[in-house]
Amino acid sequence: MTKYTDQGKQDTRSGFGAGMTELGRTNPNVVALCADLVGSLKIQTFIDENPERFFQVGIAEANMMGIAAGLTIGGKIPFTGTFANFSTGRVYDQIRQSIAYSDKNVKICASHAGITLGEDGATHQILEDIGLMKMLPGMTVINPCDFNQTKAATLAIAEHHGPVYLRFGRPKVANFTPVDQKFEIGKALMLNEGTDVTIIATGHLVWQSLIAAENLENQGISAEVINIHTIKPLDDAAILASVKKTGCVVTAEEHNYLGGLGESVSRVLSTNHPAPQEFVATQDTFGESGTPDQLMDKYGLNNKAIEAAVLRVLKRK
Amino acid sequence: MPNTQELQDLVTQVRRDILRMVHKVNSGHPGGSLGCTEYFVALYNDIMDLKEGFDMDGIGEDVFFLSNGHISPVYYSVLARRGYFPVDELNTFRLIDSRLQGHPTTHEGLPGVRIASGSLGQGMSVAIGAAQAKKLNGDDTLVFSLHGDGELQEGQNWEAIMYAAGNKVDNLIATIDRNGQQIDGGTEDVLPLGDVAEKFRVFGWDVLEIENGNDLEQVIAGLNEAKSRTGKGKPVCVVMTTEMGNGVDFMMYTHAWHGKAPSDEQLETALAQNPETLGDY
Repeated sequence: MTKYTDQGKQDTRSGFGAGMTELGRTNPNVVALCADLVGSLKIQTFIDENPERFFQVGIAEANMMGIAAGLTIGGKIPFTGTFANFSTGRVYDQIRQSIAYSDKNVKICASHAGITLGEDGATHQILEDIGLMKMLPGMTVINPCDFNQTKAATLAIAEHHGPVYLRFGRPKVANFTPVDQKFEIGKALMLNEGTDVTIIATGHLVWQSLIAAENLENQGISAEVINIHTIKPLDDAAILASVKKTGCVVTAEEHNYLGGLGESVSRVLSTNHPAPQEFVATQDTFGESGTPDQLMDKYGLNNKAIEAAVLRVLKRK
Repeated sequence: MPNTQELQDLVTQVRRDILRMVHKVNSGHPGGSLGCTEYFVALYNDIMDLKEGFDMDGIGEDVFFLSNGHISPVYYSVLARRGYFPVDELNTFRLIDSRLQGHPTTHEGLPGVRIASGSLGQGMSVAIGAAQAKKLNGDDTLVFSLHGDGELQEGQNWEAIMYAAGNKVDNLIATIDRNGQQIDGGTEDVLPLGDVAEKFRVFGWDVLEIENGNDLEQVIAGLNEAKSRTGKGKPVCVVMTTEMGNGVDFMMYTHAWHGKAPSDEQLETALAQNPETLGDY
């Protein structure tokens, strides 16, 4: 089993902030907008260093999306910042018409995604955002797994022309991907090669998948672990190559099983190479208050849940 | 720059285009289009500083955003007759495989259009963004936008109105088409807008009014006055009173022609009231 070392727990939103700091220094066309959540989005350094390229829009997300669309006309590359809930559901039609349908080069950067937002509860914990965004024609959807990958993704999307949804989170989690790893949009990362089962994970569930794979190895089960950071466009080839080898798959994501990564993987498999699949995801439910760890445990979104799903799917091979 | 008679001839021809476009496909929005004909003709042929050709970024030229996208017939006609695309293409309005979609869009690459609109209330935010980009680029040209009055019922407008004043977006001229009508009836019956000009004023905008937005000279004078008020720390709002359906007697003084096409007979009557000037497409 390939060994990964936690370089020290960090929040993925700080990876975004670090990426923005770098973009502020390297790409004069990058501008940032925020709807009264500068501290949460970790973009203070960008603002301090580039005050003329920052737009504080107040608690007015719909206006923020429209202004971002307008800023692209004139060559700017706007990055919008607010919580995932307010980045998607609240402003779906603004994104749909003014950004996606209008093919505007806006980067929708969404912090506090998923249930690990924690104590604020279900009003703020969106578990539907991947589905909402992946259904929009032309939208790229990215959910990186740790600090380093989020920073790399932030830099990569500035170079990509077209609307992007970048999803990251609040809690401090293991930071284990190489600091200099190039981020290729749409390219899956093979984290561990295995032969019995494929675990396909995104976001915070990637580290949990590695822990699960290690536990499974101790039980004599060889699990392949793939990090899908780009949910759309999906790396169909990497998924198919792996599942053709292992014969079954577990998908793992901090999102509703309806509309998430798992369903995208199902589509690829059912149209190319049908195989048993189990879903580690929330089961069409809202979240609730609690600590991130408590919530991930209660809603079945950790390494134990992944391990159990692997044992279930193996029986269906 | 064309003289007033030439512009007036263009107004009449654009009205014919609007009527023929919506008649052909038995759908579309003639009422608001006819009411804003003088505005569009003045804007694209007298008021705006435009470069030859079209590029999306619009650097070094004035740019325009139509927020109430349903009045696409007048927009398309004026764009075509300004040379953005062949006038004959007006024949394809709302047909399959056309660049002239029911509501304007960038999706099919129609020159002249920089944003999709139709779902209401989004255009002011976009116009503000484009105005901010111009400031970042050191580009002292202007951003114009047009909004229906009924559209102001959408809350996003008020976010944008607050933002533009608070951030001194003074290179923006937003015009409100105050025709007092919307699909279900008069604006003051459906959801009262009250004193639109005063609302913009208390939000911190510089507001001027055009009493008769169907008088070409008043429109030109009003928009020139608006231009003179830019660059002074406040966004500029023009509240322009128009008559929906203007130019066709049976389409005026009612909301009935908001989104209804004329019959063959009605078209004939309407066209007779707007004789051909520059040649039909």
